[in-house]
Amino acid sequence: MTDATANTAPAGAGQGSLLIKDSRTAKRNGAEGRFKMYGLIAVCIGIAMLILLLTSILTSGLSAFWQTTIQIEVTLPEEKLDKSGVRDPEVMAKVTTFGYAPLLRDGLEATIAANGIETELSAKDAAELISDESVAQLRNRVLRNPDLIGQTVSVEVMASGRIDGFYKGRVTYASAERDTNISPAQLQLAEALEDKGLLNTSFNWLFLTAPDASDTRPEAAGLGVAILGSLYMMLIVLVLALPIGVAASVYLEEFAPQNRWTDLVEVNISNLAAVPSIVFGILGLAIFINFAGLPQSAPIVGGLVLTLMTLPTIIIATRAALKSVPPSIRDAALGLGASRMQSVFHHVLPLAMPGILTGTILGLAQALGETAPLLLIGMVAFVREYPEAPWEGGLFDPATALPVQVFNWTQRSDPAFVERASGAIIVLLVFLLLMNLTAIFLRRRFERRW
Amino acid sequence: MYDMRLTERVLDTETDKPKITAKGVQVYYGDTHAIKDVNVDIADKTVTAFIGPSGCGKSTFLRCLNRMNDTISIARVEGDIRIDGEDIYDKRVDPVQLRAKVGMVFQKPNPFPKSIYDNVAYGPRIHGLSRNKSDLDEIVENALRRAALWDEAKDRLSQPGTGLSGGQQQRLCIARAVATAPEILLMDEPCSALDPIATAQVEELIDELRQSYSVVIVTHSMQQAARVSQKTAFFHLGHLVEYGETGKIFTSPEDPRTESYISGRIG
Repeated sequence: MTDATANTAPAGAGQGSLLIKDSRTAKRNGAEGRFKMYGLIAVCIGIAMLILLLTSILTSGLSAFWQTTIQIEVTLPEEKLDKSGVRDPEVMAKVTTFGYAPLLRDGLEATIAANGIETELSAKDAAELISDESVAQLRNRVLRNPDLIGQTVSVEVMASGRIDGFYKGRVTYASAERDTNISPAQLQLAEALEDKGLLNTSFNWLFLTAPDASDTRPEAAGLGVAILGSLYMMLIVLVLALPIGVAASVYLEEFAPQNRWTDLVEVNISNLAAVPSIVFGILGLAIFINFAGLPQSAPIVGGLVLTLMTLPTIIIATRAALKSVPPSIRDAALGLGASRMQSVFHHVLPLAMPGILTGTILGLAQALGETAPLLLIGMVAFVREYPEAPWEGGLFDPATALPVQVFNWTQRSDPAFVERASGAIIVLLVFLLLMNLTAIFLRRRFERRW
Repeated sequence: MYDMRLTERVLDTETDKPKITAKGVQVYYGDTHAIKDVNVDIADKTVTAFIGPSGCGKSTFLRCLNRMNDTISIARVEGDIRIDGEDIYDKRVDPVQLRAKVGMVFQKPNPFPKSIYDNVAYGPRIHGLSRNKSDLDEIVENALRRAALWDEAKDRLSQPGTGLSGGQQQRLCIARAVATAPEILLMDEPCSALDPIATAQVEELIDELRQSYSVVIVTHSMQQAARVSQKTAFFHLGHLVEYGETGKIFTSPEDPRTESYISGRIG
């Protein structure tokens, strides 16, 4: 290559034997080699950082998907849970979790005794092994299935956050000495239960389905509401941003006259893409909540704000996709007597589809990971209630979002929430990965040659 | 390769009423004056060739005839162009309707990335030329036969048109234009991307299309103009320098510029 170009250089440059590299060639080759090396180093640094990030998140977050549980036998006496004996769930609901808590405590005590485990702990201290959330879970189970009353059932209850942490390496005997929430004796009891096969670790579905929990119950905190909230917002963004974005791009690219107004609109769209996302949050707060009176913390407001934020991305991607369709296709359609609109909708748009879909999905992925604007519209709230289905007005119910949940959990004091936050990041990354895979799949599927 | 049939022309077009008349046509691209005062009458059922060096305005003028220049925002057309006596730049004329009447084949084969069948059927579909499926099948078959592509394509109608060879693609584009049943067919250097064999096939086709259409062809190749056309117009720097019977233009041109071009001194 270099030798060939050297030969065409002006007289003097190509003189001499081709077998000996002249100094210019050596210099050029050297520069090229160095450039390749810089590039390689840059790529390696990038990959190393990515690996570092993923390992750190995975090591601290993967354990969130596992939960330590304790198998205990619980007796459900009728006189305590349903004095009336009619098994009417409304009547039974009058017995609160305070009525159920002693049952679990007694159950654990009985289980310990039945398995011949010796412990100096009182029944109350031993019960601290069990998560407070388990009481509510037991109550819900009984309310759903009143026939259980009067029986002795085997239930799998969540271990408390400290015990869970003990099996995940977060809590040790040494740390338990200094911890008011757990004592070494309790850890010994946990180990004894494990020896008898009563304490197990299983996949933590509740992490994906349960709502958030309070500071004292990290083991019960789940992503259910956050995932639903994010899903609702993505739905709103897709339904609003895709048609508006595509319509705007098609108009600008195919129909708009080339004048100063169009230029102005174009420049402003590009600028909007560069506006910091928190500005969109302030806009959402001022317009959608304060002016339009939409509820705070609602997916509808989050979705609208994210739509505004995603629109420029979609418009820019769509216009690039439309531009990449060869003009000869438009000429061909127009030459056959197709109208502008027919040429766009029959030919140009289908050909631009892979690019449009890729841009849209990347825009959605960006919106999915966006936190700042959601903080301003109140989506950082502590939400225990699942929003209703979208057709039942769920878009107006309070909800939170995945990245906001991460932000929320990182602010809590219990170290168990670090694990939860990292686990939430893994869920978020999996969603982003899935979206990008969809983008790649769609591009492959619709890609056509011309 | 070319039989003498092509050179034995019947030239009795002078007496017919012209299909297209252009008077005082000026075209501007922004500040560039691309076409300067062109006057020309184009006869029906004739092949008219526009020749001239690159950038002389022959393609620009061709694109005025079906208002394809409308798609270029900076282009401005002045003057009077009539087809069958109707001013095609009249405010009441819809360019879309005009282009159904005046078909066009482009320099580079540009089939839609759809099946061969859908390529040909597109025009008839959007203009509602067929009542049912069998009607459309017939239109597609006829168009492909006229474009001498039927035998090669009949077994692969559902395959993409972009999978054909360059020459086949161009014939597909011709079939596509023919399927819309135009009255005039404009061809902008239809053979410039083709090899000699494909060129020969397309040229033969053009000669056959003359039976039904008025064909206007822009070409870089003087040999091609001589082979396929009955009338030739020589453009130079935006002027229509000379227009007349092809035989006369190539044997005894009146203008010295035409002579220079034909003998290879300019161009």
